[in-house]
Amino acid sequence: MAKQVFHHTFENGLTLLAENMPHVRSATVNIIVPAGCAYDPANMPGTSSVLSEIILRGAGKNNSKELSLAMDGIGLDRSCSAGTNHIRLWGATLSRNLPKTIDLFADIILKPHLPKSDIESVKMLAAQEIMSIEDDPKQKVMLALRKNHFPSPLGNDRRGTLEGLKAITHDALTKFWKKNFRPSGTIISVAGNIEWEPLKAQVEKLFGKWKGSDVPALKLSPGKGGKSHISKDTQQVQIGIAYPSVTYGHKDFYAAIGAVNVLSGGMSSRLFTEVREKRGLCYSVWASYQNFKEVAAVICYAGTTTDMAQETLDVTLKQIANLTKGIKEEEVKRLKIGLKSSMLIQEESSSARAGSIAVDWYYLGRVRPLEEIQKAIDSITTKSILSHVKEYNPKEFTIVTLGNKQLKYGK
Amino acid sequence: MTFHQQQCSNGLTIIGEVIPEARSAAVGFFVRTGSRDETLEESGVSHFLEHMLFKGTKKRDAAQVNKDFDKIGANYNAFTSEENTVFYASTLPEYHQDATEILADILRPSLRSADFEMEKKVIIEEIGMYEDNPGWMVFDHARKLFFADHPLGNSVLGTTQSIIDLKRDQMLDYFQRRYIASNITLVASGNFEWDKFLKKAEKLTTNWKFGMARRDHIRQTSGSAEFKLLEKKTTTQQNVVMICPGPPAASPLRYAANLFAMILGDQSGSRLYWSLVDSGLAESADCSFHEYDGAGAFYTSFSCDPKQTHKNLEIVIKQIHELITKGITEEELEQAKSKVLSRIVRAGEKTMNRLQEVGMTWVYLRKYKSVDEDMQTYEKVNLRQMQQLIERYPLLRLTTTAMGPLAKLKMPEIPKQPKVPNAQHS
Repeated sequence: MAKQVFHHTFENGLTLLAENMPHVRSATVNIIVPAGCAYDPANMPGTSSVLSEIILRGAGKNNSKELSLAMDGIGLDRSCSAGTNHIRLWGATLSRNLPKTIDLFADIILKPHLPKSDIESVKMLAAQEIMSIEDDPKQKVMLALRKNHFPSPLGNDRRGTLEGLKAITHDALTKFWKKNFRPSGTIISVAGNIEWEPLKAQVEKLFGKWKGSDVPALKLSPGKGGKSHISKDTQQVQIGIAYPSVTYGHKDFYAAIGAVNVLSGGMSSRLFTEVREKRGLCYSVWASYQNFKEVAAVICYAGTTTDMAQETLDVTLKQIANLTKGIKEEEVKRLKIGLKSSMLIQEESSSARAGSIAVDWYYLGRVRPLEEIQKAIDSITTKSILSHVKEYNPKEFTIVTLGNKQLKYGK
Repeated sequence: MTFHQQQCSNGLTIIGEVIPEARSAAVGFFVRTGSRDETLEESGVSHFLEHMLFKGTKKRDAAQVNKDFDKIGANYNAFTSEENTVFYASTLPEYHQDATEILADILRPSLRSADFEMEKKVIIEEIGMYEDNPGWMVFDHARKLFFADHPLGNSVLGTTQSIIDLKRDQMLDYFQRRYIASNITLVASGNFEWDKFLKKAEKLTTNWKFGMARRDHIRQTSGSAEFKLLEKKTTTQQNVVMICPGPPAASPLRYAANLFAMILGDQSGSRLYWSLVDSGLAESADCSFHEYDGAGAFYTSFSCDPKQTHKNLEIVIKQIHELITKGITEEELEQAKSKVLSRIVRAGEKTMNRLQEVGMTWVYLRKYKSVDEDMQTYEKVNLRQMQQLIERYPLLRLTTTAMGPLAKLKMPEIPKQPKVPNAQHS
């Protein structure tokens, strides 16, 4: 089942990746451009996010409505959104419509109209998006946790602030686009029922003359960490916990993923069993691994009614601490099968594959073959997880809670 | 892909779609029961029972159920709606039999008292979670307001009080009434061998009780047409849901109905997108078609800055009015179709999606449709059918629920259901 992932880096630094999936009829195109919110001008947080909305409003020879019609006409489901490091333009359709999709996407990236007449409506949308966080307590607590835990600007929320939005002008948006849309650091990844040579030729023709400088390094300043509480009159208390982990590609990476899965992979994992199944403290509790090139963390979440909140926090922290006391053979067996299953089942989705190969390239500068991932999963043992959690035993947690009661943070 | 079906002597139906090129295999039990089948005293029992099925059987305790699923790397879960409770798992092909065994086992739960009391707490937490989320709450209120005394207005979660009051014996009684073989369909999809699967499945379910499970009050409703403002001072955005009647699941107009919802309120390129979202008047706007046994409804919703609410209500009404009086254009219909076709193909590539699609189509229509057949059905929808839909259902008979910080909101005048011009195209 060895399959081929094609790769080409053009002279201007643009990377094209493609994976052929002959068993599907769809194709997904994923373009990441190094223009995420980490590059927002200091006085205008939210710039990248606003750009990701206005950039679809007309490009090349099509105005906003024509562009939308052209994409709907080929059944192209798409989105454009800002992340921390990148703006991501994503589209999925039938594979026979792939060339047309690439044409339209090239226009969006290289020749967007960024119409001045739309600036107010786009900013109105962005302001509502910021306001609606207030109505979603879970999201609010997780955004605050990221902000406190990760170094700035990595922990920033892509939505920015209301003040930041006010400051954004049409000129500033255009300038941001000109400055940050560059071939170097941009990755186009395609997966599905595709042909490599024609794809490469088309991308070369459309993007070959694109020019730009290298991606500037980010200046990071540490997050404030610590414990904080957001007071809000809600039914439940929301709890977010973060602690450092190793980055993608680190020698301990799979041991770290193993440790997170001991905590939170499947319903027999420790957090689900101890917090929900044995004690009935909450409906939702989980831990997951989140990473950037520079730093990575384990992020935990639990939401619970006020009376149960203290116990939920205590039990969750205890489970994290208990990792160093030992890992069971059956836990490792279970998580390895879980990891293997998700890796193989991902092959059913052109969209998942287009995302995965881009992630590999961004972090590692190559796409790992399935066999390599398989081997890495096989190499996870009780010992490798245990020595990892001992070495990276968190000394300090970043904790954010939200609700109508402040909690105590014990040992 | 090939389709198989088998009716067992106890009334259980077993169906399967074999897709040899799939990377996984999925299996699920579709129980034809949900909140609409509950009495008032049992409110929330279907969903609570769904949780209890994971708490163990004669053979396994709760921890063992979870361990056994995790041991085979299964992606498994369950959901409860107004009309269905579905338990499913997808795995690598080599574990399909094991997944079938665990699912069949949990379908005969012990419902132990201690587990019942523990899980009660989890359900109350789940209700608390939704209560803090106005974007979700407004739908529950809206459905209740639209369906009024129709059982489809019953809440899936129930209330904190109804859950506190619920006794284990009531749940057992409900289980015995509803989880009988003839009311259940076992569905498999993906890379598996039908003969092997069938043999195993028959053996696992052979002792299941024979009997009939009735569903009462199957009828259409055109909704209360009321307007309700729910003030919630702690929120910042206004969430609005407007519901109007549509065709039931078994109607041949269901395909036209899905396309209509897409033309009115798909997240890209729809009428509501251009009139509300593109202009920044609403953060989001959507229309979706919900089909049920004997009834159907279009849910149109938006979320916005409270100040804009009245104006946005006017815009939605105007958009629906225009669709009725001026009709749908050929171009719009083609555009909606190409979106639907692309989504069908892509969803069809994932085994888990196929399981849901094949299962639900069977539960509602007693039919099997391959991906290609499904596509062909949509391709054939024409303007005449769209017009029939518009003529047959009072799309301006709107039941409106608004939730948010507003203390006052005037519902705009809704024009009388206009006379629909005769279909000009065929």
